[in-house]
Amino acid sequence: MSRSIEINLRVNGEVVHATVPSRLNLVDFLREELSLTGSHVGCEHGVCGACTLTVDGDTVRGCLMLAAQADGKEITTIEGLAENGQSAQLQAAFTKHNALQCGFCTPGMLASALGYVNTGGSADRDAIRQHISGNYCRCTGYQSIVNAICDVIEETSV
Amino acid sequence: MTGPAHIFDKPNRYIGKPEPRADSARLLQGRGSYVDDQKLPRMAHAAFVRSPHAHAKILSIDTQEAGAATGVVAVYSGEDLAEHVTPYIGTLTHLTGLRSMPQHPLAVGVARWQGEPVVMIVATSRALAEDACELVYVDYAELPAAVESETALDTGAPIIHPELGSNLAWERDVVAGDIDAAFAAPDVHVVEREFRFGRHTGVTLEARGTVCDYDPSENQLTVYYSGQAPHMMQVIFSKHLDLPEENIRVISNDVGGSFGIKIHTYGDEIATAAAAKLLKRPVKFIADRFESFLTDIHARDHIVNAKMGITQAGTIVGIDFDDLTGIGPFSMYPRTSAIECNQVLNLTGAPYVMENYRAKGRVVFQNKTLMCQYRAVGHPIAMAIADGLLEDAARKIGMDPVALREINLMADDSYPRTSATGMKLDDLSHKRALRKLTDLMDYDGLRARQTLARRRGVYRGIGFVSMVEVTNPSPMFYGIGGAPIASQDGATVRLDAGGALHVSSSITEQGQGTNAILAQIAAGVFGVDLNRVKVTTGDTATTPYGGGTWASRGAGIGGEAMLQAAQALKDQVLEVAGVMLQTGVETLDIQNGAVTDIDGSVRLTLADLARTVYYRGNELPNDLKPELIATRHYRVTDFPFVFTNGAMAAHVEVDIETGFVKVLHFWAVEDCGRIINPLLVDEQIRGGVVQGIGGALYEECHYSADGQFLNATMADYMVPMASEMPEITIAHIETPTKTSVLGAKGAGEAGTGGAPAAILNAVNDALSPMGASIWQMPMTPERILTALDKVD
Repeated sequence: MSRSIEINLRVNGEVVHATVPSRLNLVDFLREELSLTGSHVGCEHGVCGACTLTVDGDTVRGCLMLAAQADGKEITTIEGLAENGQSAQLQAAFTKHNALQCGFCTPGMLASALGYVNTGGSADRDAIRQHISGNYCRCTGYQSIVNAICDVIEETSV
Repeated sequence: MTGPAHIFDKPNRYIGKPEPRADSARLLQGRGSYVDDQKLPRMAHAAFVRSPHAHAKILSIDTQEAGAATGVVAVYSGEDLAEHVTPYIGTLTHLTGLRSMPQHPLAVGVARWQGEPVVMIVATSRALAEDACELVYVDYAELPAAVESETALDTGAPIIHPELGSNLAWERDVVAGDIDAAFAAPDVHVVEREFRFGRHTGVTLEARGTVCDYDPSENQLTVYYSGQAPHMMQVIFSKHLDLPEENIRVISNDVGGSFGIKIHTYGDEIATAAAAKLLKRPVKFIADRFESFLTDIHARDHIVNAKMGITQAGTIVGIDFDDLTGIGPFSMYPRTSAIECNQVLNLTGAPYVMENYRAKGRVVFQNKTLMCQYRAVGHPIAMAIADGLLEDAARKIGMDPVALREINLMADDSYPRTSATGMKLDDLSHKRALRKLTDLMDYDGLRARQTLARRRGVYRGIGFVSMVEVTNPSPMFYGIGGAPIASQDGATVRLDAGGALHVSSSITEQGQGTNAILAQIAAGVFGVDLNRVKVTTGDTATTPYGGGTWASRGAGIGGEAMLQAAQALKDQVLEVAGVMLQTGVETLDIQNGAVTDIDGSVRLTLADLARTVYYRGNELPNDLKPELIATRHYRVTDFPFVFTNGAMAAHVEVDIETGFVKVLHFWAVEDCGRIINPLLVDEQIRGGVVQGIGGALYEECHYSADGQFLNATMADYMVPMASEMPEITIAHIETPTKTSVLGAKGAGEAGTGGAPAAILNAVNDALSPMGASIWQMPMTPERILTALDKVD
């Protein structure tokens, strides 16, 4: 239970060396050890999507991956996306459409949306709804989020 | 130009504009500050051993091994904490006859629901605290559980509090006119249905949590609180932890959703504060999702037998119903668990002219999680009873449901008036709202297409609701009954030396855009650019005293206080400007950050004025005593609540082979008075509609016969996700309330209150060709197939 594992990884472009308990999951590691509190914990079993982040470019649930499994990986959290400008268009569109209220789902929602946009997802509202249906939002009616993602795709494709 | 521009029509007019929220940038960059993001020096972490039984006597607790486990700082049982926390009881004097028993933060002697906290472990990390929980041995003797509300009052049912003699917590009868005579009259048809509303819960994405920091050197408790009512919590911590009120500071930074969940007294949070006080160091408790399901308040849980009488010509003669609601083993403190039933008794049928009314409400204890006020308290029940029966009656007499509403809705020019239950109503627009709705949705076209679809074996339904929403509550809601809950709110606005405004208010932000609308009101009324207003909310140490944000009161009450404060500051600033400029105040205005003539020509920038006052007071006459700060408070008088109204419609398709319901589209026409920000209010209403659809179609807390919560995970408890949700069209009618200058009513709960009735009616419209109907929520595929007689 208390066995520790050494890991080396990059988080938001920075090299990180750490010794982590084997049972520690990735999102807890990021939040508690690295103080990257932008990734949120909602259900801890991969359903709500609040902890969604990027691992080697793939969209991943931070609660379903152990910190030990991140050894050698490149992790990008919401803080990294904001810093490197990758999510700038989505951030602007989310603001314009009021696609967030309490903001707790927002980092995960943005990561999912970015995955959709970056893989050439179309501005088809049903397809967008399907794609973000792993991200729970209790505040909005989802419509403003769909509007924001559509906007970014349409702007990018012009 | 004959005088200063009106506040709603000025150059810096922000009220009514779709301004994006200033604070969204922070949240979109992962820079929010939620409770679990707080890290304090020497902070310890709490975890709880919870009762695995719905009802059990606690015979013994062995914490020896846990106490010696790695990282454990302290272990507390119910008895341990009872020495330091006075018990609390969820009754209020205006709910005559309401009974409950004293409640402790951790169970003492008996556990009364599965999930009730029994032992608290404080350790150096949450993981170590959870490890130690595994080493606590509690010996229980299971007791028979009263699980179902239907049998809770039966002779021989297990009595949860023997001191009370029965499981009845509260009952109330409301009678108007003579319902028996009205139903017995010739030409009156009576429709009768049994409605069942399942238990559901809030599922805020950010679970409940608290960080409590106690400093013994000043006997000061600072609580980081994810919730809606900081000043209420200040009183509660003071009263039950024996600390002076002024030594408690409650801070709400970002709150990850609340919806009425995080406005109550939870044992695990009180225990965390007690532990911080005892240990003289910060303690954090963050509920995990399982704990949230088991201990966050639940909602609804009603069984209603209801009748409506209607003449062949379509006049409603009255409603008669009996509501039974289960609230768990205690009435929640301090708001009580009787308000929901009371709202059902008060609000059912409130949009309609009706002379005869009889309602009986009974609130019963049961061994399930506590039930209390969740978004749209009582409204989904009240609206579904009246509008469900109304559409049932429409089918019975062969009349279109819109035409039937036209006959019975209160006329828009008939206010002020009272409802059958004596509710004071004013400034409502039911008929205009319904007409706008039917135009918006192309009702006739939709009906025509429905008929064509039925020929193809596709069963679509259209359902409506005409509704009222209780908003802007006065002291009659809680304060009158002795609750430490402010009904008034305050706002302060200060002109800083640089010419910017700093605003603080006692209403709170949980994502609605509270801070944004405060800034809009202050900027517009005072006369500065919106980006020159900074807002502070959610801190008992730095904001005026007030109730917070709940019961759709933030905009209407907090917004009016803000408007009055901004107007007062403007008057104060113009008085100073008049002296500095040697000009009559009546010839001056404030626009775009400067004192101007009435025509807008700049005389003096606000920064010049403020710097003169703050830095070079020697330039001012000695008898001028400038106050560049103003505070105003506001409460609703003359009305217990300010009602709003709305009309909503759902278009659904029911797959009669699988029982699945697809919501094709939803429309809502809402009259929340003056709209401060349409961008914010529209999506808030949509979010409310989605929560209402959740309650109507998906969400239910399932319990076994012995009181085990069977689906307490997010994989098993169905919440609405994007792919199931329809596009939702919102439109407004603006009938400002005459109770304030701002004219804003609430809007936060309308969708949740109205959508379930509209969905119910739409599903029943779809099922009507088969002669089937359903009166139970959520309307799951299994229940729909049962209604269609396709499964047993």
